[in-house]
Amino acid sequence: MSMMADTVERGCPSGLAPPAEDRASDFSAFVREAGKEKALSLSVRGAKCGGCLSKIEGALQALPGVTTARMNLSTGATDVRWTGSLDPNRVAQTVRDLGYGVSARAEANDADLHKAEERKLLIAMGVAGFAAANIMLLSVSVWGGHGEMGEATRRGLHALSGLIALPAVIFSGRHFFGSAWSVLRKGKANMDVPISLAVILAFSVSIWATIKGAEHAYFDACVMLLFFLLIGRFLDARLRRRAYSAALDLAALQNRSVNRVSSNGEVNAVRAADVVAGDRLLLAAGERAVVDMTVLDGVSEVDESLVTGESLPRLASVGSKLFAGSVNLGTPLTGQALAGTEDSLLSDIARMMEAGEQRRSGYRKIADRAVSLYVPFVHTTAALAFLGWLMLGAGFEHAIMIAVTTLIITCPCALALAAPVAQVVASGRLFRKGIFLKSGDALERLSEIDHIVFDKTGTLTLGEPELMNADSIPAEVLAMAASLARASRHPLSRSLVAAAGPGQMAANVKEQPGLGLEAEIDGNICRLGSADWTGATKGAAKGPVLWFACGDDAPVRFDFHDVAQAGTRKTVETLQAEGYELEVLSGDREEAVATVSHDVGISQWTASASPAVKVKRLEALRAEGHNVLMIGDGLNDAGALSLAHAALAPGAAMDISQSASDAVYSGGPEKVPFILETAKRAQNITRQNFALAAIYNVIAVPIAVTGHVTPLVAAIAMSASSLIVTMNALRIEAGGRS
Amino acid sequence: MEIIIYLIPVALFLGGAGLAAFIWSVNSGQYEDLDGASYRILEDEDKPL
Repeated sequence: MSMMADTVERGCPSGLAPPAEDRASDFSAFVREAGKEKALSLSVRGAKCGGCLSKIEGALQALPGVTTARMNLSTGATDVRWTGSLDPNRVAQTVRDLGYGVSARAEANDADLHKAEERKLLIAMGVAGFAAANIMLLSVSVWGGHGEMGEATRRGLHALSGLIALPAVIFSGRHFFGSAWSVLRKGKANMDVPISLAVILAFSVSIWATIKGAEHAYFDACVMLLFFLLIGRFLDARLRRRAYSAALDLAALQNRSVNRVSSNGEVNAVRAADVVAGDRLLLAAGERAVVDMTVLDGVSEVDESLVTGESLPRLASVGSKLFAGSVNLGTPLTGQALAGTEDSLLSDIARMMEAGEQRRSGYRKIADRAVSLYVPFVHTTAALAFLGWLMLGAGFEHAIMIAVTTLIITCPCALALAAPVAQVVASGRLFRKGIFLKSGDALERLSEIDHIVFDKTGTLTLGEPELMNADSIPAEVLAMAASLARASRHPLSRSLVAAAGPGQMAANVKEQPGLGLEAEIDGNICRLGSADWTGATKGAAKGPVLWFACGDDAPVRFDFHDVAQAGTRKTVETLQAEGYELEVLSGDREEAVATVSHDVGISQWTASASPAVKVKRLEALRAEGHNVLMIGDGLNDAGALSLAHAALAPGAAMDISQSASDAVYSGGPEKVPFILETAKRAQNITRQNFALAAIYNVIAVPIAVTGHVTPLVAAIAMSASSLIVTMNALRIEAGGRS
Repeated sequence: MEIIIYLIPVALFLGGAGLAAFIWSVNSGQYEDLDGASYRILEDEDKPL
């Protein structure tokens, strides 16, 4: 087993895995009874490849009593069922030990609704496709036998087409009819109104033509129209569901358990949602606070980088206030909840995000604008054609036939496919580069960006300070310092350990919160920590420092600095050359922000920015008329991310930030120019597609109005326009930056 | 040409069977995890001894 543990790689090799968090959540609060079995739904983050799938399922199935363990790689949802007395925390720990993030998954009914909607559209599309193909088979023989086929045979084939079309139109068309009816009752019109009108009228006219034994019936056109439109609808629904499942992860983040201390000193695990103001809570080492609280007992260092962006931990002692999202790095703390989860900072930020998202959904997509022009145009043209032919002395029957063909031929197959196909192709192109797009209209917003705001920690930098002067420190001193540092979760200790490489941990290391570490090595007392702790004299330092002193030896200084990710400077130059204005907006200390901004070549920066300041800055930029792209990873960025015109989050970001952004990318900032370029390209193609659809109508409408549209012409025109639009969208893939 | 009286129903039946299979596959969740399915076929069920 230990052999296996060595050979199994931790986390996802694709690099998208968020850092595994040591989180002491009690999963037993989320177990459901399913018949004789117990079931637990987990949300696994960071699994993006096939290896992850077999690793996770294999490890879970190996647990005693587990009957099924199945993971959905696309969403990360994992269902585990077992019998017997298996501890649910062991299930979660098994996944965590493999290097993935785990939280209990909310059983939301909305998710099923979205899924059902998508399935319905897919089945409707299949039925329409089946009917279209079979009717086309019969229609082609009618067209081919033009002039030779007897009237009885033709009528028989038309009648058969009608029999196939009737259930298909009712079944597949109800999506359009229902929506058209509901807006018509409110006295408005959307795209579904002309669609429904065209389908219903064409179908009725065709029945009439069949009964009379006329030459033309439009059954194939009705069903083909529905088929093409449903393709567009389905692609759209699929993109939207993906966005929705990302939002579910935010809910999963809140599904934590908390250790509540009762009045008699007993510690119980309760669901985070059950915490009320005034509860006494125990925050173990490595645990993240889920509610805002005041410390009642204990002294420890807390990592607030996700709340404030500050890269170094802060000392919390009795009376300090801890915000939800802070991680306890040292010794256990007891605190009093200041509010329930509903009212905590995390929820505040979630609310800020909701407000931002509502504003964003008010954004008018180019497709919507096209439709608002299109709907009155089609109605007017069809009505004028009908009246015109009546006035010219044509019979009622002939006039209505021409009006119907006008409706059918102008109907928006190309229009309905123009945007979704381009979005699907563009998101596929991004996906292969490790970029996950969360909504289709994000591309549209990304293409309008003129100002980019970067967060520093975790976005421009890795958020891990790097040891600068490793070369000037004797190897044995570094090894001794590292043996102490291995006992600590402090980021500086961790980077010191990383610089020293593998080695032993010193025995009996004591941690003094806010000061440093102490242990006895070979009879000497060794200390690692601040200048005061080691008896060193403070000097001027550019970045954070650690001191190490052993016995009577002079203290040795370790210099650290926060390094920008490789290639960031080049990315910044590329973006500046393309005319984007760049800015750094960070919650970290001034000198840290100044150094990094200078290193990467961004002259405009703001330090010590709280979440509220970030939001304010974004509001100000918006008021100046800028379309801002915000790139950030922390909890403190979530509000700003959702306010920005468009937002990106790196793959290692907090879930909440990933939820608030339009796309998540793996790797460093070098992906940003690629994303922006793809978005621009997709937007160009979408515009071209709308232009093509308009040109198509300019050609088709005169033909229809003058009464030259036979079913054959309609079939060719509709499929040709859809094909042209789809082929054009495929050009997004070709060429460009690699 | 009377043969089409048999052929058309046969063609419709075969097409319908395909459609039924498609509907079944959608409802039984075959398209829920397209990413995972492509890897699952490579998974080796047999455990090493």
